[in-house]
Amino acid sequence: MNATTWSEFRQGIGYQGLLLGVTVTMAATLLVVADRVTREPIAQRHAEDMNASLAQVIPPALHDNDLLANTVTLNDANGTPVQIYRALAGDRVTAVAFQVTGKGYAGDIDVILGLAADGKVLGARVLAHKETPGLGDKIEVAKGDWILAFDGRSLGDPPPARWAVKKDGGDFDQFSGATITPRAVVRALKGGLEFFATNRAVLTASPGNRQN
Amino acid sequence: MTTALKTPKGIQWGRITRDGLWSNNVILSQTLALCPTLAVTGTATNGLGMGLATTAVLIVSNILVSLIRNVVTPEVRIPVYIVVIATLVTLVDLGLNAYAHELHKVLGLFIALIVVNCAILGRAESFASKNGVGAAALDGLMMGLGFTIVLMVLGGVREIIGSGTLFSGAALLLGQAMSFLELTLIPDYRGFLLAILPPGGFVALGFLLAGKRLIDRRAMRK
Repeated sequence: MNATTWSEFRQGIGYQGLLLGVTVTMAATLLVVADRVTREPIAQRHAEDMNASLAQVIPPALHDNDLLANTVTLNDANGTPVQIYRALAGDRVTAVAFQVTGKGYAGDIDVILGLAADGKVLGARVLAHKETPGLGDKIEVAKGDWILAFDGRSLGDPPPARWAVKKDGGDFDQFSGATITPRAVVRALKGGLEFFATNRAVLTASPGNRQN
Repeated sequence: MTTALKTPKGIQWGRITRDGLWSNNVILSQTLALCPTLAVTGTATNGLGMGLATTAVLIVSNILVSLIRNVVTPEVRIPVYIVVIATLVTLVDLGLNAYAHELHKVLGLFIALIVVNCAILGRAESFASKNGVGAAALDGLMMGLGFTIVLMVLGGVREIIGSGTLFSGAALLLGQAMSFLELTLIPDYRGFLLAILPPGGFVALGFLLAGKRLIDRRAMRK
């Protein structure tokens, strides 16, 4: 092909279609390969993250099993499935952890809640939220110790009517300038405790067939 | 866009550097990339993180676009560049998530925002597609640094006014060794919410833009 026909070919719709096609095919191939290569490590990293979060709400001394291996799924009062991580010592359930979600100022607040078999809060940690930085983000343990106030509490302590922020006549602090965020977290935790109370028999029943 | 760079003979180091850092700065002159800019500059640390991630992508995308500049015809250049940049960002996102997970947890938010950063397409279109690989890489670096500096200043100003701190969370982004950067400038500060929210970003950006014009005008008079 001499120079003129080449430059004519370059001007034509055929070359441009071909160019776009080749570009997109190469991009798609690269992405498929990258996805396949990274899928396994990413899943592993997420499992590590989950384990790290669970370790914050269930003390490692309470269990001798892999928390991610012994999960059960139950429907909550609204029919939403909740995945429950169970801490086992021998074949006895010593603690459970599950995720609760509150409706915050700017979207969902995901909280992982760890409860001892007797219904006492072992710990709660915020996993993800979209609250205002510098205001609502004090619910994160990295930004403040507000969330630690729930440790050791249960559905009867304080009584259900006082499971609220102080502005609503409850026992828990709100932040100056942010009430919606802590209110959402308190409500979510209360909901989690009620969920546990309703399903306590199932949740703390010894699993017959331990698999790990 | 006001880029008036002629295809240079050899790399015009000084010109490219000055353009990127000041006279054709992504934010202060081109006023591009305002969406990610205003969204993440609540703190100086976030500004720095976004800036560095963008710089890395900008350098690589400029190199790639410069490499394929003679194959791509003007009629289809925009879709080709968009596919190249989006693929690149996705690869970086997947790679970081899998192999540098701690960094990804901090930068993850910014990486997704880079795809919609029109400054990257802007540089591909107005510089990389017309210049050699070396010049394009330098342009990416300098434009990225200029972007990073402005983001950091904007974040710093908003952070000081909004929450009385500077570089909070720097240890998470840069490692524990850099935790000395985290300063509390105004102890017991009640905070000024407007500065942290997007409107505060617009106000602070307005002052920065005005400031640059003022300095440029002074320089013109001399």
